Order: sequence, then structure tokens, then C-alpha cells
Amino acid sequence: MDSSQTGNMSEIIIGIDLGTTHSLVAYCDQAGPHIIRDQNGEGRLPSVLRFEPDGTVVVGWEARTHAVEQPRSTVFSIKRLMGRGYDELVAAGALEHLPYPVVKRGSETPGRDIAAVDVGEKLLTPPEISALILRELRERASRQFGREVRKAVITVPAYFDDAQRQATRDAGQIAGLEVLRIVNEPTAAALAYGLGVRGQLRARAVERPPGAGTTTDGSAPARGRAGSPQTPDPGAGDDDSLIAVYDLGGGTFDVSILRLCGGVFEVLSTHGNTRLGGDDLDREIVTLIYNEIEREFGINIDSPATQQGIRSLAENVKIRLTPAESAAVEVDLGRGRVYRRTIARAEFERLIAHWIDKTLTSCRQALRDAKVAAGDIRQVVLVGGCTRIPYVRRRVEELFKRAPYTALNPDEVVALGAAVQAGILAGLEKDALLLDVIPLSLGIETMGGAMGKLILRNTRIPCQATERFSTFVDGQTNVKINVLQGERELAKDCRSLGEFELRGLPPMPAGIPKILVTFLVDENGILNVSAIEERSRKATSIQIAPTHGLTPEEVRRMELESYEHAREDMTAHRLIDLRNQIAFDTAKAEQMLAKVGDELDPPYRTEIEQAMRELRRLGETSMDPDAMHRALNAFDRKAVQLAERAIVSTLRAEP
Amino acid sequence: MGLLLTERAAQEVKTILEQQKLDPASTFLRMGVKGGGCSGFSYSLDLTEGKSDMDEEFDVHGVKVVCDPKSYLYLNGTTLDFKDEVMGRGFVFSNPNATSSCGCGSSFTA
Repeated sequence: MDSSQTGNMSEIIIGIDLGTTHSLVAYCDQAGPHIIRDQNGEGRLPSVLRFEPDGTVVVGWEARTHAVEQPRSTVFSIKRLMGRGYDELVAAGALEHLPYPVVKRGSETPGRDIAAVDVGEKLLTPPEISALILRELRERASRQFGREVRKAVITVPAYFDDAQRQATRDAGQIAGLEVLRIVNEPTAAALAYGLGVRGQLRARAVERPPGAGTTTDGSAPARGRAGSPQTPDPGAGDDDSLIAVYDLGGGTFDVSILRLCGGVFEVLSTHGNTRLGGDDLDREIVTLIYNEIEREFGINIDSPATQQGIRSLAENVKIRLTPAESAAVEVDLGRGRVYRRTIARAEFERLIAHWIDKTLTSCRQALRDAKVAAGDIRQVVLVGGCTRIPYVRRRVEELFKRAPYTALNPDEVVALGAAVQAGILAGLEKDALLLDVIPLSLGIETMGGAMGKLILRNTRIPCQATERFSTFVDGQTNVKINVLQGERELAKDCRSLGEFELRGLPPMPAGIPKILVTFLVDENGILNVSAIEERSRKATSIQIAPTHGLTPEEVRRMELESYEHAREDMTAHRLIDLRNQIAFDTAKAEQMLAKVGDELDPPYRTEIEQAMRELRRLGETSMDPDAMHRALNAFDRKAVQLAERAIVSTLRAEP
Repeated sequence: MGLLLTERAAQEVKTILEQQKLDPASTFLRMGVKGGGCSGFSYSLDLTEGKSDMDEEFDVHGVKVVCDPKSYLYLNGTTLDFKDEVMGRGFVFSNPNATSSCGCGSSFTA
């Protein structure tokens, strides 16, 4: 990678999420935080190690894949042992399920004997083992930068005590890292979304009234009159606000209530269950499959390979049910016996409901401990892979009465936040992390591949814009919405930020559905795009972090290119819109002619039929927008009589 | 030619700046066009602190007006007025580049 992008060259500081099941490393540059990935594009490194008899250590995916075969030499979940005495761990029952041997090692401090893992040749303490994971991440970063990385910010759970934090620092030091700061995981997650960054960078909060939105009817800035631009939650998010961070990972759950004041995060309360996570949700599906196989075939699954296979299948079902409404399952039991089944999302939701109930009970407890009400929470941040599950998002939203932040990858959000903290410590320019205005226009791809802008470049944040769209084809039930960023007029020259689909519209004639698309950019620069069809009330939405990975150079390039191609772009956009309108109007005229053509005066009918054919030909062949525009207007005037006749006919037909 | 504001329009902008407690020294009235709309282009107006070194900049009746070079191609010579009439209240563009405009007045053809 280009080392000039790393900002201040003298000091590279990485951010590390040292997790129970996975660990990640990230860095921050002008374009914001980035995960550092392995050669396969994978950011996560399993926090799993295998100790070979010859003394070599294998860290990550390879160790995890072979964990079942080599249980005694494979170490995982070492984070659960960090900074805790042997006796303490035994008392807590923390060692009971571990297949690798943990022993007691003497210490000068009485009553605080150290736990150590017997890895064959020697005894290693949890910080020493964690250091091996950190070293792997540090090497990954050093490879990326082409130079040694020596400084890091590392995250820990909010509930970690001083000894556990110190153990984490020790691990960093053993790995050759100067740990500049230990950051709470929920705080990091909030930072990743830009919460609190402003306060940390600015000595004092700048009093600024909420931004004027862009109206789409040309009537800004007289706001309020048009009814379109509104200010979403003035002042929310930055100073003295309450944030809930809900973290449902593979094996642990916790929720934290944070108070953000002048850029400083205070953990008001934290609650959770270190033995609740995605594995429990998978197990619900496993149990369902076991029971049904037993009932249907009278078989008890006892082969470890089949058990492992069904566990993987269950995890896969859970993942598939996030985008899909149902997932097909098939288990070949041998001798021609095949178990087949479709699991509906609703069924999965019923199975996991009691687990999610438990997490919500924790949330309520955390709120009580923090002495705040659910309605006082201004932002909800989701962390952990399981928060992709639509049911989890829905339940969390119901509890806090607020749509949670979901724009960033929930597996990566803590590491990204650690990198943001590292960026602040490294003295990255505040412009890299802060935005007062929209850097590049935001819009959607419209029919024919044009860029329909809703929020224009340089609009102050927060802002909102709504525009009405419709369908182009009769009976169209799905509408794809491609969210674009850029200054050019054609979708292909803009950056696609994400796509989503409004599905299940009742079939209506083209142009009849009223689809309101709303873009809302909140004070942290997070974009919410929602679409609702007004008649059927069908709605859907997507959340995006539009500035993620956008460099100032890229913004500049986009800007200059848009000036360079200004005229040709505008003409191309106009041609597309005119062609659409011509295709639409001639198709409508044709339908009306088929219905009431016989009732028309023959000369008028001939005239309109001919005009329709000519306009259609013009729409298909012309490159002259002015001629097309004139012809379209002339045709529309000519077709008024036809339209009137068609309306009368429709009214007559109705009882 | 540049961009012009009638005194009435400038007064209205100043009133909005005051109402929204915006600093007139650092806030610009951004005039622009965007592609699309019933007649091919539509106007946009916004109050903003953001400005690019490429923007055209004018000071009209004490209001700082900015316009990006792309929009300026289509807006050069435009006068912004403010109308408060029975039929509607709002800013009105009068653009010599426009060959036709639509009924709603926010869209035009250049």
C-alpha cells in the first residue's frame, strides 16, 4: 500500500481488538479507520493457538480448523483467563470446560497465584499467550506498512478490572508494543461511528445550529415551508448524551450504558453474560434437527463428524436467515435416508426468542444501574456478528425506541474504533475524522442509469431530503435502490454505497406507485436511506457510513472530473430522462388508444397514432435533447383529448 | 455577468441567517443546478459554510453567494428574487439561459 496514505509517517499507531474468539487490527488515515486484512481479505484472526511439540506456534484459522483433532495442544478463549488468579478461576468454574491443561504457578503475592497453561515444553501465562496473538497482528500491520509498528491502542471489555487491564498491557509489552491506551470496547464502538470524536478533537464544543437541509423543490433555504427538510435530533450524539452499546458475539454478551460529555466517555453501567452468544443460537437449530431426525428415522446422532457437520450447518442456517426468509436444510444419514427440511425465519426467531429475552433483561438491568430510562438513550450501537440477525435488531430497537447504528460491520466496529482512538493520539488532522458538510453528493440511480441527487455536496450535516419516485413497468412489484455518491451525472461514474430492494409492492400500473425515498444524514455523518410506497405502506431501509474509506484526494478528483465533464454529463442525464419520459408517455398513449381508439374521430386517431410513432422513433434515435423536449411537449398537448376520452371511459366502466 | 440577488431576496436571506443564528461572515448562499427534473435541470439553494476554491463567489447586497463551476455554466446571469404572493411564497430564479421552465418554477431547460 501507499505509505503516504498513513498520515503522519513518524508515528504509526494501530488499534487492536483483542477478542475472546477473534482479534482484529486496524489503522487510521485521512480516509478514516481501516481493517488490516490477511491475504484472503479476512480481517478476523481467530484467537486460537496450537503449540506444536517442536516449539512452533500456529495462530489463527489453521489452529482453529484443527482444534477438534488436537484438543490438548490447542488454546482458545485465553481472554477469559486474563489477569485472574488460579484460585479465582477455579472458584468461578472458568476452567471446567477447557480441554487444555491450566495449572497453578507460584507467585510472590499470596492468594493471587497465577494461572498458567501447560503447552508441553513450558508453562505460559495468559498474557504471554495473548502476546502471541498480538504479535501476529503486529506483524500483519508491519507487513502492510513495510516497517515495524511499535505502538498500539488495545480494547478490553468495560467490565475488566484493573488486574485484567494490566494483564492486557503486559501482553502488549511482551509482544513488543507500547500500549498507549487501553480503551473500553463499547467506547471504541461508539468512536467508530464518530461519536465523541468531535469532543476529543476540539477543545470546546462549537455551538452550531442544526444544518439547513436540501429541499428538492428548489425552495430552500426557507425551511419548514416546504415541509421536506427537517433537523433530525438537534444536538443529539455529541455532548452530554447517553449511548447504549449492545454486544452479542460468538460466546459472550454484554451491554454498556455510556455517558458522553465533552468527548469523554464514562461507563455508567455494564451488564451481561459471559456464557451467552451465537453458539447458543446455533445450538437451538442443532437441537431441532437432532430431535426431528430421531423422530423421523429413529437415529441418535453419535458420530463426532456428523455432529460437527450439523453444528456447521446450523451456523450456516443462522447466517442465511439474515437476508432470506427461509433456509433449506439437508442431512444425508446414509443408506438412502435423507433428512430434508426448510427452516423459516419466523421459526428461527421463536427458537432464539428466550435467549434474546435474556439479553434484553440485561439491558434493562444496565439501564436501572445507570439510573436512566430507555427513552433517554440517544444512540444505540450494535457490536458482534449476531447483531446482523434482523430479529435481534428489531428487539433492541423496540427496547430503546431508537433505530440502532448498523452501518459498520459489527465484527469490525471495535477494532475500527480502536484505530480512531489511535488516529486521535497520532494527531491526525481533524478533517480526516470530522465532517461538518457533505463531501460528495448523495443520491440514487434512476431509470436508465442516471444519478438522481437528493443531498448536494457541501450541505451542512445533519440534513435530510425526500424525493418521490415511481415504477416504470406495469405490475412492477420490486424496486431496486442503488445508493450513489459522487458529482457526476451517470451512475457508472459515481461510487455505489450499497443497494437494497423494496419488495412485495402490490401490482399497479407504471407510474402509479408513490415511492418516497428519504436520505437522512445524522450529526455523525451516518446515512439512513429509507423507501416507502405510500399506498401499500411497504417500507425498507439501509444504513451506510458514506465517508468510510473516502480520501480527500478522491473527493477532489470527483469534484474536478465533474467540472471537466459538466456539459456532456448534464446532456447525457437529460437525454436519459427524456428517453424515459418519451417511452413512458408513448406507452401510456398506446394503452389508451387500444382502449378508446374506436371512439375517436378517425382523423384525430390517425394523427395521434402517427405522432406517437414519430415521437417513439425520436426517443430511440435522437441525440438532440432540445428537439426531443419540444416534440414531447407537442405530443403531450396533442394527447390531451385522448387522455380525456380514456378517463371518461374508465369512469363509465366503474359501477 | 455573475449571479444577482434582488434587494428583496437579499433581505430574506439575511432574515433567515438571523433566525437560524448563522454567522453572515462565514455562511454562504449556495446557488446550484442539478440534473434531472421535469424540464431537465432543477435549481437548488442552500445556506452552507462549505466552499471550494473552484467555486464562483459574489457579494450581492451584503450576501455572500457561491456557485460551483458546473452549475455556473447554467446559471450565469441568473437573478434570484423573493416573492410573497397569494399564489406562493418563496425564492424565484430568473435565468436567461433557460429556454423553458415548468409550472412549478423549480425546473428549467437550458
